[in-house]
Amino acid sequence: MVKVQSITSPAIHHEDRAHEADHPSSLVASFGADQPLQLDCGVALAPFQIAYQTYGRLNAAKSNAILVFHALTGDQHVANIHPVTGKPGWWETMVGPGRPLDTDRYFIICSNVIGGCMGSTGPASTNPSTSKVWGLDFPVITIPDMVRAQAMLIDRLGIDTLFCVVGGSMGGMQALQWTAAYPERVFSALAVACSTRHSAQNIAFHELGRQAVMADPDWRGGRYFEHGSDPHRGLGVARMAAHITYLSDAALHRKFGRRMQDRELPTFSFDADFQVESYLRYQGSSFVERFDANSYLYLTRAMDYFDIAADHDGVLAEAFRDIKTRYCVVSFTSDWLFPTSEARAIVHALNASSARVSFAEIETDKGHDAFLLDVPEFFEISRAFLHSAGVARGLNGFGK
Amino acid sequence: MSAQQQVLPLPGIASPVGEGYRGDHLLVAQMVERGSKVLDVGCGEGDLLQLLERRGIDGRGIELSREGVNRCVAKGLAVVQGDADTDLVNYPDDAFDYVILSQTLQATRQPKVVLENLLRIGRRAIVSFPNFGFWKMRLQLLVGGHMPRTENLPATWYDTPNIHFCTIKDFVQLCREINVKMERAVALDVHGRPLRLNAPWWFWNMFGEQGVFLLSRAEKGR
Repeated sequence: MVKVQSITSPAIHHEDRAHEADHPSSLVASFGADQPLQLDCGVALAPFQIAYQTYGRLNAAKSNAILVFHALTGDQHVANIHPVTGKPGWWETMVGPGRPLDTDRYFIICSNVIGGCMGSTGPASTNPSTSKVWGLDFPVITIPDMVRAQAMLIDRLGIDTLFCVVGGSMGGMQALQWTAAYPERVFSALAVACSTRHSAQNIAFHELGRQAVMADPDWRGGRYFEHGSDPHRGLGVARMAAHITYLSDAALHRKFGRRMQDRELPTFSFDADFQVESYLRYQGSSFVERFDANSYLYLTRAMDYFDIAADHDGVLAEAFRDIKTRYCVVSFTSDWLFPTSEARAIVHALNASSARVSFAEIETDKGHDAFLLDVPEFFEISRAFLHSAGVARGLNGFGK
Repeated sequence: MSAQQQVLPLPGIASPVGEGYRGDHLLVAQMVERGSKVLDVGCGEGDLLQLLERRGIDGRGIELSREGVNRCVAKGLAVVQGDADTDLVNYPDDAFDYVILSQTLQATRQPKVVLENLLRIGRRAIVSFPNFGFWKMRLQLLVGGHMPRTENLPATWYDTPNIHFCTIKDFVQLCREINVKMERAVALDVHGRPLRLNAPWWFWNMFGEQGVFLLSRAEKGR
């Protein structure tokens, strides 16, 4: 008989994750019925909450705040041990004392996006009107909705103008959306490995992921919490497919080649003979420990709908008209999910709006994931961009 | 070159030797009015842009090489990766007060189109280029019988990025052809010092190692 092995069940039970969705291990800003979040789909979401983390100190002038945005499967735990997985923060290479986003100089804020599953209101949260998990009753959200919620958080923190908005991938989309929606509130923006619109290919990959989740019988029409089931297989497959798009052919070949996993000969089965298979299965099973399947559906959908130009009669430059924000756009040579051509389109639009923009393409074979990895040239550029913005902003300790 | 043609320190700039700026950069910086908005096409590692920013000029750059761009961005300059031949079309009309093309014209595929774009995007253009009519060039070709190489243009014919060399005379001819007004023209010697101002064109064309031109759009109907 041919041996079959599928993605292992998550080690952490989904009740623990569900607890984190309502009672996050981080700071929380709650907004009552009097402060609804107006969503693009027409729904006014209230009450709702935003889970966030901060690092460093806000100066007296409140002029050194940097808002960091997480990508699709990230969260607010940028630079601290993750409360569910126990692993280090997802951007500790960028955020910390002496790092490019220097916590000795800047006040760093990162919030879990609306629709997420780490404490900001989303499909895994409890719907107060039914006392049940929202599930698919949660309204469909967009990138502008996430940004609108973050603006409410920034208001709550008493910050008028952000020194910088920073993000990669879906985080970069939020950074660009911030400058388009609140140009006067953003002094500078660092948008990495992103685009002003999701491409057909990217929508296609997201659809593949969603269909994998929904094909899992344990998904149960999105009501898996009520049935005590968990669509970890479907979500794991979605993660495996997505993970391939975050890497590059060259990076996969360099890391794994055709090497075998703990064996010398093929087993003539569907076991993970190859290292690359074993790696992908690991990526799938570790992801499902910490992520909610419905949240994955909602967030991929938000990215699919994203198209800044569409809100400005199809002319991207109109979105950034007469903008004073200083931009730095960064792309990576081997990123085929958000290729350099997308970054160039942003740059052309910003040039046409005569915005102050820097654009660097960084040579690496690490693919889309390069923005999360150790790429010294990226750190150097980020550091220099923030420094020159700090000088222009007149931040304390920034000499000419 | 006569004794009175010493290089004088430019306004707002200390001794060029002390600061280590290139002669043509100092001259270009002198041509740009303070407070204006400038695009430097082919900005290399951003030396000219830094000089301009120190003089209170809002400078932006385009550079072809990735290394050059990344060094510029690491210096805090607003520089994007791009190609003068293909990317200038993406800039709107009148976006800048000046567009600078420093030692880059000869490396473009379509110098005429590039020049026309410079004066569409900017109200003025400043163009500097190596003069292929420089006597050392002529001598190497005439006597040596080989493609000229100089300290400022050391590349061999087979690996040079410079595919459209011209002389000062050729450039003046092109400006007339596309109806561009030459507001100022300066020829520099090998040390980047300006040649005598009242010298005739043939003298510049023979003894100028490079030409620097301040151009503007000719008025319509002329």
